[in-house]
Amino acid sequence: MPEMLDTPWALSPSVALRPEPFGALAYHFTNRQLTFLKRPQLVALIQELGNYADVRSALLGLSIPRGDWSTYVTALTRLAETDMICPRDTTEGSPA
Amino acid sequence: MTNAHPIDHDAPAEADLVAEDLIEEVSIDGMCGVY
Amino acid sequence: MTLLEHRPTPTRPAGGTLIEQFEYGLDAPICLTWELTYACNLECAHCLSSSGRRDPRELTTEQCEAVIDELQRMQVFYVNIGGGEPTIRPDFWHLLQYAVDRRIGVKFSTNGVRLTPERAAQLASTDYVDVQISLDGATPEVNDYVRGPGSYATAITALENLQAAGFEDAKISVVCTRQNIGQLDEFKALADKYGATLRLTRLRPSGRGADVWDELRPLPEQQRELYDWLVAHGSDVLTGDSFFHLSAFGESLPGLNLCGAGRVVCLIDPIGDVYACPFAIHDNFLAGNVLTDDGFQNVWQRSELFADLRSPQTAGACTSCAFFDACRGGCMAAKFFTGLPLDGPDPECVQGYGETALAEDRPLPAPSQDHSRRVPTRNQPVMLQLRTRRPDSGAPVSACAVNPLAGFTP
Repeated sequence: MPEMLDTPWALSPSVALRPEPFGALAYHFTNRQLTFLKRPQLVALIQELGNYADVRSALLGLSIPRGDWSTYVTALTRLAETDMICPRDTTEGSPA
Repeated sequence: MTNAHPIDHDAPAEADLVAEDLIEEVSIDGMCGVY
Repeated sequence: MTLLEHRPTPTRPAGGTLIEQFEYGLDAPICLTWELTYACNLECAHCLSSSGRRDPRELTTEQCEAVIDELQRMQVFYVNIGGGEPTIRPDFWHLLQYAVDRRIGVKFSTNGVRLTPERAAQLASTDYVDVQISLDGATPEVNDYVRGPGSYATAITALENLQAAGFEDAKISVVCTRQNIGQLDEFKALADKYGATLRLTRLRPSGRGADVWDELRPLPEQQRELYDWLVAHGSDVLTGDSFFHLSAFGESLPGLNLCGAGRVVCLIDPIGDVYACPFAIHDNFLAGNVLTDDGFQNVWQRSELFADLRSPQTAGACTSCAFFDACRGGCMAAKFFTGLPLDGPDPECVQGYGETALAEDRPLPAPSQDHSRRVPTRNQPVMLQLRTRRPDSGAPVSACAVNPLAGFTP
Protein backbone atom coordinates (compact mmCIF):
# COMPACT_ATOMS: atom_id res chain seq x y z
CA MET A 1 0.00 0.00 0.00
CA PRO A 2 2.51 2.66 -1.07
CA GLU A 3 -0.09 5.43 -1.20
CA MET A 4 -1.03 5.03 2.41
CA LEU A 5 2.52 4.79 3.70
CA ASP A 6 3.45 8.12 2.17
CA THR A 7 0.34 10.15 2.91
CA PRO A 8 -0.78 11.93 6.05
CA TRP A 9 -3.78 10.54 7.92
CA ALA A 10 -5.59 11.28 11.17
CA LEU A 11 -8.39 10.00 13.34
CA SER A 12 -11.68 11.23 11.86
CA PRO A 13 -13.27 14.12 13.75
CA SER A 14 -16.53 12.11 13.86
CA VAL A 15 -14.87 9.31 15.82
CA ALA A 16 -14.67 8.92 19.59
CA LEU A 17 -11.79 6.77 20.79
CA ARG A 18 -12.20 5.20 24.20
CA PRO A 19 -9.25 3.37 25.77
CA GLU A 20 -10.01 -0.01 27.33
CA PRO A 21 -7.86 -2.53 29.19
CA PHE A 22 -7.36 -4.53 26.01
CA GLY A 23 -6.84 -1.65 23.60
CA ALA A 24 -9.63 0.71 22.67
CA LEU A 25 -13.11 1.10 21.25
CA ALA A 26 -13.61 3.54 18.40
CA TYR A 27 -17.11 4.74 17.51
CA HIS A 28 -18.07 6.80 14.47
CA PHE A 29 -21.03 9.01 15.35
CA THR A 30 -22.27 9.45 11.83
CA ASN A 31 -22.03 5.98 10.29
CA ARG A 32 -22.36 4.29 13.72
CA GLN A 33 -19.50 1.91 13.04
CA LEU A 34 -17.96 0.46 16.20
CA THR A 35 -14.43 -0.88 15.93
CA PHE A 36 -12.52 -2.78 18.52
CA LEU A 37 -8.79 -1.96 18.45
CA LYS A 38 -7.11 -4.96 19.96
CA ARG A 39 -3.53 -3.85 20.44
CA PRO A 40 -2.29 -0.88 22.46
CA GLN A 41 0.31 -0.26 19.75
CA LEU A 42 -2.43 0.15 17.16
CA VAL A 43 -4.29 2.48 19.49
CA ALA A 44 -1.19 4.62 19.95
CA LEU A 45 -0.62 4.62 16.20
CA ILE A 46 -4.11 5.88 15.46
CA GLN A 47 -4.00 8.47 18.21
CA GLU A 48 -0.62 9.78 17.01
CA LEU A 49 -1.22 9.49 13.27
CA GLY A 50 -2.23 13.11 12.95
CA ASN A 51 1.12 14.21 14.37
CA TYR A 52 3.22 12.54 11.70
CA ALA A 53 3.88 13.61 8.12
CA ASP A 54 2.81 10.21 6.86
CA VAL A 55 2.05 6.67 7.96
CA ARG A 56 5.62 5.51 7.40
CA SER A 57 6.96 8.11 9.85
CA ALA A 58 4.32 7.14 12.37
CA LEU A 59 5.21 3.45 12.14
CA LEU A 60 8.87 4.35 12.63
CA GLY A 61 8.16 6.83 15.39
CA LEU A 62 6.17 4.25 17.35
CA SER A 63 8.75 1.50 16.82
CA ILE A 64 6.34 -0.85 15.10
CA PRO A 65 8.39 -3.87 13.95
CA ARG A 66 9.00 -3.71 10.20
CA GLY A 67 7.75 -7.26 9.79
CA ASP A 68 4.33 -6.16 11.07
CA TRP A 69 4.00 -3.10 8.84
CA SER A 70 1.92 -4.74 6.13
CA THR A 71 -0.55 -6.03 8.70
CA TYR A 72 -0.84 -2.62 10.31
CA VAL A 73 -1.37 -1.01 6.91
CA THR A 74 -4.08 -3.58 6.17
CA ALA A 75 -5.77 -2.60 9.43
CA LEU A 76 -5.40 1.11 8.63
CA THR A 77 -6.84 0.52 5.17
CA ARG A 78 -9.88 -1.13 6.71
CA LEU A 79 -10.24 1.79 9.11
CA ALA A 80 -10.03 4.18 6.18
CA GLU A 81 -12.77 2.28 4.35
CA THR A 82 -15.10 2.87 7.29
CA ASP A 83 -13.98 6.50 7.66
CA MET A 84 -12.54 5.87 11.12
CA ILE A 85 -9.38 7.56 9.87
CA CYS A 86 -9.32 10.09 7.08
CA PRO A 87 -6.73 11.71 4.84
CA ARG A 88 -5.24 14.81 6.35
CA ASP A 89 -4.92 17.97 4.36
CA THR A 90 -1.24 18.14 3.37
CA THR A 91 -1.26 21.93 3.60
CA GLU A 92 -1.59 21.59 7.37
CA GLY A 93 1.81 21.87 8.99
CA SER A 94 2.79 18.83 11.01
CA PRO A 95 4.89 19.28 14.14
CA ALA A 96 8.65 19.13 13.50
CA MET B 1 -3.42 6.20 30.89
CA THR B 2 -2.38 3.89 33.67
CA ASN B 3 -3.59 0.43 32.89
CA ALA B 4 -5.03 -0.90 36.12
CA HIS B 5 -5.86 -4.20 34.52
CA PRO B 6 -3.04 -6.73 34.47
CA ILE B 7 -2.40 -8.32 31.07
CA ASP B 8 -1.29 -11.92 31.04
CA HIS B 9 2.24 -11.61 29.64
CA ASP B 10 2.77 -15.35 29.81
CA ALA B 11 0.50 -15.79 26.79
CA PRO B 12 2.56 -17.13 23.89
CA ALA B 13 3.60 -14.54 21.29
CA GLU B 14 1.97 -15.02 17.91
CA ALA B 15 4.38 -15.84 15.11
CA ASP B 16 2.49 -14.02 12.36
CA LEU B 17 0.44 -10.95 13.14
CA VAL B 18 -2.74 -10.84 11.08
CA ALA B 19 -5.27 -8.05 10.71
CA GLU B 20 -7.81 -9.96 12.80
CA ASP B 21 -5.40 -9.66 15.71
CA LEU B 22 -5.55 -5.90 15.38
CA ILE B 23 -9.13 -4.91 14.69
CA GLU B 24 -12.61 -6.34 14.89
CA GLU B 25 -15.77 -4.61 13.83
CA VAL B 26 -19.20 -4.96 15.36
CA SER B 27 -22.45 -3.08 14.93
CA ILE B 28 -23.43 -0.75 17.75
CA ASP B 29 -26.90 -2.24 17.25
CA GLY B 30 -25.53 -5.73 17.83
CA MET B 31 -25.50 -5.58 21.64
CA CYS B 32 -28.14 -7.51 23.50
CA GLY B 33 -29.74 -5.63 26.38
CA VAL B 34 -30.63 -2.38 24.63
CA TYR B 35 -34.20 -2.43 23.35
CA MET C 1 -27.38 -3.14 46.76
CA THR C 2 -23.88 -4.30 47.45
CA LEU C 3 -20.93 -2.40 46.14
CA LEU C 4 -17.47 -3.88 46.45
CA GLU C 5 -14.91 -1.88 48.37
CA HIS C 6 -12.43 -1.99 45.53
CA ARG C 7 -13.00 -2.28 41.84
CA PRO C 8 -12.16 -5.80 40.70
CA THR C 9 -9.31 -6.11 38.21
CA PRO C 10 -9.25 -9.70 36.97
CA THR C 11 -6.32 -10.84 34.87
CA ARG C 12 -7.36 -10.75 31.26
CA PRO C 13 -5.89 -12.68 28.37
CA ALA C 14 -4.03 -10.46 25.91
CA GLY C 15 -5.75 -10.19 22.52
CA GLY C 16 -8.41 -12.80 21.92
CA THR C 17 -11.78 -12.19 20.40
CA LEU C 18 -14.02 -9.29 21.24
CA ILE C 19 -16.38 -11.61 23.07
CA GLU C 20 -13.64 -13.05 25.21
CA GLN C 21 -12.69 -9.54 26.30
CA PHE C 22 -16.25 -8.36 26.80
CA GLU C 23 -16.98 -11.26 29.13
CA TYR C 24 -14.56 -9.64 31.57
CA GLY C 25 -16.43 -6.36 31.46
CA LEU C 26 -15.53 -2.86 30.34
CA ASP C 27 -14.60 0.39 32.05
CA ALA C 28 -17.91 1.82 30.85
CA PRO C 29 -20.90 0.42 29.02
CA ILE C 30 -20.76 0.77 25.25
CA CYS C 31 -24.41 1.71 25.21
CA LEU C 32 -27.26 1.41 27.63
CA THR C 33 -30.99 1.70 28.04
CA TRP C 34 -32.31 4.51 30.16
CA GLU C 35 -35.97 4.49 31.07
CA LEU C 36 -36.88 8.07 31.85
CA THR C 37 -40.34 7.47 33.24
CA TYR C 38 -42.76 4.69 34.12
CA ALA C 39 -45.61 6.89 32.95
CA CYS C 40 -47.19 5.92 29.67
CA ASN C 41 -50.24 6.84 27.63
CA LEU C 42 -50.54 3.24 26.46
CA GLU C 43 -51.09 -0.04 28.31
CA CYS C 44 -49.43 -2.59 26.06
CA ALA C 45 -50.17 -6.14 27.07
CA HIS C 46 -46.53 -7.24 27.02
CA CYS C 47 -44.81 -4.17 28.49
CA LEU C 48 -41.45 -5.29 29.78
CA SER C 49 -41.30 -2.48 32.33
CA SER C 50 -44.93 -2.84 33.50
CA SER C 51 -45.37 0.85 32.82
CA GLY C 52 -48.43 3.07 33.16
CA ARG C 53 -48.15 5.13 36.33
CA ARG C 54 -45.40 7.63 37.03
CA ASP C 55 -43.29 6.73 40.06
CA PRO C 56 -43.16 9.70 42.45
CA ARG C 57 -39.46 9.05 43.04
CA GLU C 58 -38.61 9.74 39.38
CA LEU C 59 -35.29 11.50 38.86
CA THR C 60 -35.56 15.28 38.60
CA THR C 61 -34.29 17.20 35.60
CA GLU C 62 -31.13 18.09 37.51
CA GLN C 63 -30.56 14.49 38.54
CA CYS C 64 -31.00 13.38 34.92
CA GLU C 65 -28.49 16.01 33.81
CA ALA C 66 -26.02 14.65 36.35
CA VAL C 67 -26.44 11.17 34.89
CA ILE C 68 -25.80 12.54 31.40
CA ASP C 69 -22.69 14.34 32.67
CA GLU C 70 -21.40 11.01 33.97
CA LEU C 71 -22.19 9.20 30.74
CA GLN C 72 -20.16 11.86 28.95
CA ARG C 73 -17.20 11.43 31.30
CA MET C 74 -17.38 7.66 30.83
CA GLN C 75 -17.63 8.12 27.07
CA VAL C 76 -20.74 6.00 26.72
CA PHE C 77 -21.28 6.05 22.96
CA TYR C 78 -25.01 6.03 22.91
CA VAL C 79 -28.06 5.68 25.10
CA ASN C 80 -31.48 4.37 24.21
CA ILE C 81 -33.97 6.50 26.09
CA GLY C 82 -37.22 4.70 26.73
CA GLY C 83 -39.79 4.19 29.43
CA GLY C 84 -42.88 4.04 29.69
CA GLU C 85 -43.29 6.75 27.07
CA PRO C 86 -40.29 9.09 27.46
CA THR C 87 -41.77 11.99 25.47
CA ILE C 88 -44.43 12.35 28.14
CA ARG C 89 -41.85 13.89 30.44
CA PRO C 90 -42.00 17.68 29.93
CA ASP C 91 -38.19 17.89 30.10
CA PHE C 92 -37.64 15.15 27.54
CA TRP C 93 -36.68 17.51 24.70
CA HIS C 94 -34.33 19.45 26.96
CA LEU C 95 -32.63 16.25 28.14
CA LEU C 96 -32.33 15.01 24.57
CA GLN C 97 -30.54 18.19 23.54
CA TYR C 98 -28.43 18.11 26.72
CA ALA C 99 -27.18 14.64 25.80
CA VAL C 100 -26.47 15.25 22.12
CA ASP C 101 -24.70 18.50 22.98
CA ARG C 102 -22.32 16.34 25.00
CA ARG C 103 -21.69 13.98 22.10
CA ILE C 104 -23.73 11.13 23.47
CA GLY C 105 -25.73 9.51 20.70
CA VAL C 106 -29.37 9.23 21.65
CA LYS C 107 -31.90 6.85 20.26
CA PHE C 108 -35.30 7.15 21.88
CA SER C 109 -38.02 4.53 21.80
CA THR C 110 -41.51 5.91 21.49
CA ASN C 111 -45.04 4.95 20.55
CA GLY C 112 -45.09 8.14 18.50
CA VAL C 113 -47.70 10.03 20.51
CA ARG C 114 -45.76 13.32 20.66
CA LEU C 115 -44.07 13.23 17.25
CA THR C 116 -45.86 16.16 15.68
CA PRO C 117 -44.64 17.69 12.40
CA GLU C 118 -42.92 20.39 14.46
CA ARG C 119 -41.06 17.92 16.64
CA ALA C 120 -40.19 15.86 13.58
CA ALA C 121 -38.64 18.92 11.96
CA GLN C 122 -36.69 19.64 15.11
CA LEU C 123 -35.38 16.07 15.18
CA ALA C 124 -34.43 16.19 11.52
CA SER C 125 -32.07 19.07 12.29
CA THR C 126 -30.51 17.52 15.41
CA ASP C 127 -27.24 15.63 15.26
CA TYR C 128 -26.65 12.28 16.92
CA VAL C 129 -30.33 11.47 17.40
CA ASP C 130 -32.17 8.36 16.28
CA VAL C 131 -35.87 7.63 16.68
CA GLN C 132 -37.33 4.17 17.22
CA ILE C 133 -41.06 3.72 16.77
CA SER C 134 -42.65 0.70 18.45
CA LEU C 135 -45.01 -1.33 16.30
CA ASP C 136 -46.12 -4.91 16.90
CA GLY C 137 -48.35 -5.56 13.93
CA ALA C 138 -48.13 -4.66 10.26
CA THR C 139 -51.88 -4.11 10.34
CA PRO C 140 -54.05 -2.28 12.88
CA GLU C 141 -55.83 -5.49 13.84
CA VAL C 142 -52.66 -7.33 14.83
CA ASN C 143 -50.93 -4.33 16.36
CA ASP C 144 -53.79 -2.86 18.35
CA TYR C 145 -54.70 -6.23 19.84
CA VAL C 146 -51.61 -5.98 22.07
CA ARG C 147 -50.88 -2.24 22.03
CA GLY C 148 -54.37 -0.77 22.27
CA PRO C 149 -56.91 0.91 19.96
CA GLY C 150 -55.45 3.66 17.80
CA SER C 151 -51.83 2.82 18.57
CA TYR C 152 -51.15 1.64 15.02
CA ALA C 153 -52.44 4.92 13.63
CA THR C 154 -50.32 6.89 16.10
CA ALA C 155 -47.18 5.04 15.05
CA ILE C 156 -47.84 5.47 11.33
CA THR C 157 -48.56 9.16 11.75
CA ALA C 158 -45.24 9.56 13.55
CA LEU C 159 -43.44 7.78 10.70
CA GLU C 160 -45.18 9.98 8.15
CA ASN C 161 -44.25 13.12 10.06
CA LEU C 162 -40.62 12.05 10.33
CA GLN C 163 -40.42 11.25 6.66
CA ALA C 164 -42.08 14.50 5.62
CA ALA C 165 -39.66 16.45 7.80
CA GLY C 166 -36.68 14.83 6.09
CA PHE C 167 -35.66 12.74 9.09
CA GLU C 168 -33.67 9.85 7.70
CA ASP C 169 -33.52 6.29 8.82
CA ALA C 170 -35.93 6.10 11.75
CA LYS C 171 -36.29 2.64 13.22
CA ILE C 172 -39.43 0.57 13.41
CA SER C 173 -39.01 -1.80 16.34
CA VAL C 174 -41.17 -4.90 16.44
CA VAL C 175 -41.53 -7.48 19.19
CA CYS C 176 -41.94 -10.80 17.39
CA THR C 177 -44.99 -12.77 18.46
CA ARG C 178 -47.03 -15.75 17.40
CA GLN C 179 -49.44 -13.30 15.80
CA ASN C 180 -47.04 -11.17 13.78
CA ILE C 181 -44.32 -13.54 12.56
CA GLY C 182 -46.46 -14.14 9.51
CA GLN C 183 -46.18 -10.43 8.69
CA LEU C 184 -42.41 -10.07 8.39
CA ASP C 185 -42.47 -9.13 4.71
CA GLU C 186 -45.19 -6.58 5.40
CA PHE C 187 -43.14 -5.05 8.21
CA LYS C 188 -40.21 -4.74 5.83
CA ALA C 189 -42.44 -3.09 3.26
CA LEU C 190 -43.64 -0.59 5.86
CA ALA C 191 -40.08 0.27 6.79
CA ASP C 192 -39.16 0.71 3.13
CA LYS C 193 -42.22 2.87 2.53
CA TYR C 194 -41.25 5.33 5.27
CA GLY C 195 -37.52 5.30 4.63
CA ALA C 196 -36.97 3.52 7.92
CA THR C 197 -34.97 0.50 9.04
CA LEU C 198 -36.80 -2.49 10.45
CA ARG C 199 -35.75 -3.86 13.80
CA LEU C 200 -37.10 -7.20 15.05
CA THR C 201 -36.71 -8.10 18.70
CA ARG C 202 -37.51 -10.95 20.99
CA LEU C 203 -40.57 -11.20 23.22
CA ARG C 204 -39.38 -11.88 26.74
CA PRO C 205 -41.40 -12.99 29.76
CA SER C 206 -40.53 -9.73 31.56
CA GLY C 207 -42.85 -7.25 33.22
CA ARG C 208 -46.39 -7.70 31.93
CA GLY C 209 -44.82 -9.93 29.28
CA ALA C 210 -44.78 -12.70 31.87
CA ASP C 211 -48.59 -12.83 31.85
CA VAL C 212 -48.98 -13.10 28.10
CA TRP C 213 -45.81 -14.97 27.21
CA ASP C 214 -47.40 -18.40 26.86
CA GLU C 215 -49.99 -17.00 24.49
CA LEU C 216 -47.77 -14.70 22.43
CA ARG C 217 -44.43 -16.44 22.19
CA PRO C 218 -43.54 -17.86 18.80
CA LEU C 219 -44.19 -21.51 18.12
CA PRO C 220 -41.12 -23.66 17.42
CA GLU C 221 -41.74 -23.67 13.68
CA GLN C 222 -42.12 -19.88 13.77
CA GLN C 223 -38.70 -19.56 15.39
CA ARG C 224 -37.25 -21.40 12.42
CA GLU C 225 -39.21 -19.19 10.01
CA LEU C 226 -37.93 -16.10 11.78
CA TYR C 227 -34.35 -17.33 11.77
CA ASP C 228 -34.43 -18.13 8.06
CA TRP C 229 -35.94 -14.74 7.30
CA LEU C 230 -33.29 -12.93 9.35
CA VAL C 231 -30.48 -14.83 7.64
CA ALA C 232 -31.96 -13.97 4.24
CA HIS C 233 -32.14 -10.26 5.10
CA GLY C 234 -28.70 -9.99 6.69
CA SER C 235 -27.85 -6.59 8.01
CA ASP C 236 -30.75 -4.87 6.23
CA VAL C 237 -32.75 -5.74 9.33
CA LEU C 238 -31.56 -5.05 12.88
CA THR C 239 -32.16 -7.30 15.85
CA GLY C 240 -30.31 -5.69 18.73
CA ASP C 241 -28.66 -9.11 19.05
CA SER C 242 -31.84 -10.33 20.70
CA PHE C 243 -31.98 -13.60 18.78
CA PHE C 244 -28.58 -15.03 19.58
CA HIS C 245 -30.37 -18.06 21.04
CA LEU C 246 -31.42 -18.87 17.47
CA SER C 247 -27.81 -19.12 16.38
CA ALA C 248 -28.01 -22.76 17.36
CA PHE C 249 -29.98 -23.26 14.12
CA GLY C 250 -26.88 -22.68 12.03
CA GLU C 251 -24.80 -19.65 11.07
CA SER C 252 -24.75 -16.93 13.67
CA LEU C 253 -26.83 -13.84 13.09
CA PRO C 254 -25.01 -10.48 12.94
CA GLY C 255 -24.16 -9.11 16.36
CA LEU C 256 -22.09 -10.05 19.37
CA ASN C 257 -24.14 -13.18 20.03
CA LEU C 258 -23.63 -12.64 23.71
CA CYS C 259 -25.67 -11.61 26.72
CA GLY C 260 -24.54 -8.07 27.32
CA ALA C 261 -26.13 -7.66 30.75
CA GLY C 262 -23.79 -5.97 33.17
CA ARG C 263 -20.90 -6.35 30.76
CA VAL C 264 -21.42 -4.06 27.81
CA VAL C 265 -24.91 -2.72 28.59
CA CYS C 266 -27.23 -2.09 31.49
CA LEU C 267 -30.44 -0.27 32.41
CA ILE C 268 -30.95 2.93 34.38
CA ASP C 269 -34.56 3.05 35.50
CA PRO C 270 -36.74 6.12 36.19
CA ILE C 271 -35.82 6.27 39.87
CA GLY C 272 -32.10 5.81 39.25
CA ASP C 273 -31.92 2.10 39.95
CA VAL C 274 -29.34 0.33 37.83
CA TYR C 275 -30.25 -3.11 36.54
CA ALA C 276 -28.16 -5.55 34.51
CA CYS C 277 -30.62 -5.37 31.63
CA PRO C 278 -34.00 -3.76 30.78
CA PHE C 279 -35.50 -7.24 30.45
CA ALA C 280 -34.42 -8.06 34.00
CA ILE C 281 -36.12 -5.46 36.16
CA HIS C 282 -36.11 -7.43 39.38
CA ASP C 283 -34.32 -7.22 42.72
CA ASN C 284 -32.12 -10.14 41.67
CA PHE C 285 -30.56 -8.03 38.94
CA LEU C 286 -30.43 -4.72 40.78
CA ALA C 287 -26.84 -3.48 40.88
CA GLY C 288 -27.32 -0.22 42.78
CA ASN C 289 -28.81 3.25 42.56
CA VAL C 290 -27.20 6.34 41.02
CA LEU C 291 -28.45 8.56 43.85
CA THR C 292 -27.58 6.47 46.88
CA ASP C 293 -24.49 4.69 45.53
CA ASP C 294 -22.53 7.77 44.56
CA GLY C 295 -23.22 7.90 40.88
CA PHE C 296 -23.56 5.66 37.88
CA GLN C 297 -19.84 5.10 37.26
CA ASN C 298 -19.41 3.84 40.80
CA VAL C 299 -22.25 1.36 40.37
CA TRP C 300 -20.99 0.19 36.98
CA GLN C 301 -17.46 -0.40 38.20
CA ARG C 302 -18.01 -1.66 41.73
CA SER C 303 -21.33 -3.48 41.79
CA GLU C 304 -21.04 -6.96 43.23
CA LEU C 305 -23.74 -8.18 40.86
CA PHE C 306 -21.83 -6.89 37.86
CA ALA C 307 -18.60 -8.43 39.15
CA ASP C 308 -20.40 -11.78 39.24
CA LEU C 309 -21.69 -11.32 35.69
CA ARG C 310 -18.19 -10.40 34.52
CA SER C 311 -16.68 -13.67 35.62
CA PRO C 312 -16.76 -16.48 33.08
CA GLN C 313 -20.20 -18.08 33.13
CA THR C 314 -20.49 -21.84 33.37
CA ALA C 315 -22.42 -23.83 30.81
CA GLY C 316 -23.97 -25.90 33.58
CA ALA C 317 -26.60 -28.24 32.19
CA CYS C 318 -25.72 -27.11 28.66
CA THR C 319 -22.12 -28.32 28.92
CA SER C 320 -22.66 -31.41 26.83
CA CYS C 321 -24.63 -29.66 24.09
CA ALA C 322 -22.80 -29.18 20.81
CA PHE C 323 -24.57 -25.88 20.22
CA PHE C 324 -23.60 -24.11 23.43
CA ASP C 325 -20.80 -22.19 21.73
CA ALA C 326 -23.34 -20.73 19.32
CA CYS C 327 -26.20 -19.93 21.68
CA ARG C 328 -24.24 -19.32 24.91
CA GLY C 329 -27.19 -20.69 26.85
CA GLY C 330 -29.55 -17.97 25.65
CA CYS C 331 -31.17 -15.17 27.59
CA MET C 332 -30.65 -14.78 31.31
CA ALA C 333 -33.87 -12.79 31.76
CA ALA C 334 -35.96 -15.33 29.82
CA LYS C 335 -34.66 -18.09 32.05
CA PHE C 336 -35.17 -16.16 35.24
CA PHE C 337 -38.76 -15.14 34.62
CA THR C 338 -39.81 -18.62 33.53
CA GLY C 339 -38.34 -20.06 36.70
CA LEU C 340 -35.53 -21.89 34.91
CA PRO C 341 -31.98 -22.14 36.32
CA LEU C 342 -29.61 -19.60 34.83
CA ASP C 343 -27.01 -22.27 34.05
CA GLY C 344 -29.39 -24.33 31.94
CA PRO C 345 -31.24 -24.07 28.65
CA ASP C 346 -33.13 -21.03 27.44
CA PRO C 347 -36.91 -21.64 27.62
CA GLU C 348 -37.00 -21.31 23.83
CA CYS C 349 -33.90 -23.43 23.21
CA VAL C 350 -34.12 -24.43 19.57
CA GLN C 351 -32.97 -27.94 20.39
CA GLY C 352 -36.04 -28.34 22.58
CA TYR C 353 -34.25 -28.61 25.91
CA GLY C 354 -36.15 -25.58 27.16
CA GLU C 355 -39.53 -27.21 26.57
CA THR C 356 -38.45 -30.18 28.63
CA ALA C 357 -37.38 -27.88 31.45
CA LEU C 358 -40.61 -25.85 31.25
CA ALA C 359 -42.67 -29.02 31.55
CA GLU C 360 -41.36 -29.56 35.04
CA ASP C 361 -42.94 -27.93 38.04
CA ARG C 362 -41.08 -24.78 38.91
CA PRO C 363 -41.91 -21.68 40.92
CA LEU C 364 -42.08 -18.43 38.99
CA PRO C 365 -40.41 -15.41 40.58
CA ALA C 366 -42.85 -12.85 41.90
CA PRO C 367 -42.51 -9.49 40.15
CA SER C 368 -40.50 -6.96 42.18
CA GLN C 369 -42.66 -4.07 41.07
CA ASP C 370 -45.57 -3.14 38.91
CA HIS C 371 -46.21 0.37 37.57
CA SER C 372 -49.28 -0.65 35.61
CA ARG C 373 -52.36 1.52 35.81
CA ARG C 374 -54.69 0.31 38.49
CA VAL C 375 -57.76 1.10 36.42
CA PRO C 376 -57.67 0.48 32.69
CA THR C 377 -58.42 3.31 30.30
CA ARG C 378 -59.88 3.26 26.81
CA ASN C 379 -56.35 2.54 25.59
CA GLN C 380 -56.42 -0.89 27.15
CA PRO C 381 -55.63 -3.43 24.43
CA VAL C 382 -58.29 -5.97 23.53
CA MET C 383 -56.00 -8.77 24.65
CA LEU C 384 -56.16 -7.54 28.23
CA GLN C 385 -59.85 -6.68 28.07
CA LEU C 386 -60.57 -10.27 27.17
CA ARG C 387 -58.50 -11.45 30.08
CA THR C 388 -60.00 -9.22 32.77
CA ARG C 389 -63.61 -9.36 31.65
CA ARG C 390 -65.59 -11.36 34.16
CA PRO C 391 -68.28 -13.76 32.93
CA ASP C 392 -70.98 -11.94 34.90
CA SER C 393 -69.98 -8.43 33.84
CA GLY C 394 -72.53 -8.08 31.04
CA ALA C 395 -71.86 -5.85 28.06
CA PRO C 396 -68.27 -4.65 27.60
CA VAL C 397 -67.62 -1.02 28.46
CA SER C 398 -67.94 1.27 25.47
CA ALA C 399 -64.67 2.71 24.20
CA CYS C 400 -66.43 6.07 24.34
CA ALA C 401 -67.20 5.83 28.05
CA VAL C 402 -65.97 9.01 29.70
CA ASN C 403 -66.02 7.77 33.27
CA PRO C 404 -62.71 5.99 33.94
CA LEU C 405 -64.50 3.73 36.35
CA ALA C 406 -67.23 2.68 33.91
CA GLY C 407 -67.82 -1.04 34.15
CA PHE C 408 -65.65 -1.37 37.24
CA THR C 409 -67.23 -3.47 39.91
CA PRO C 410 -65.10 -3.63 43.05
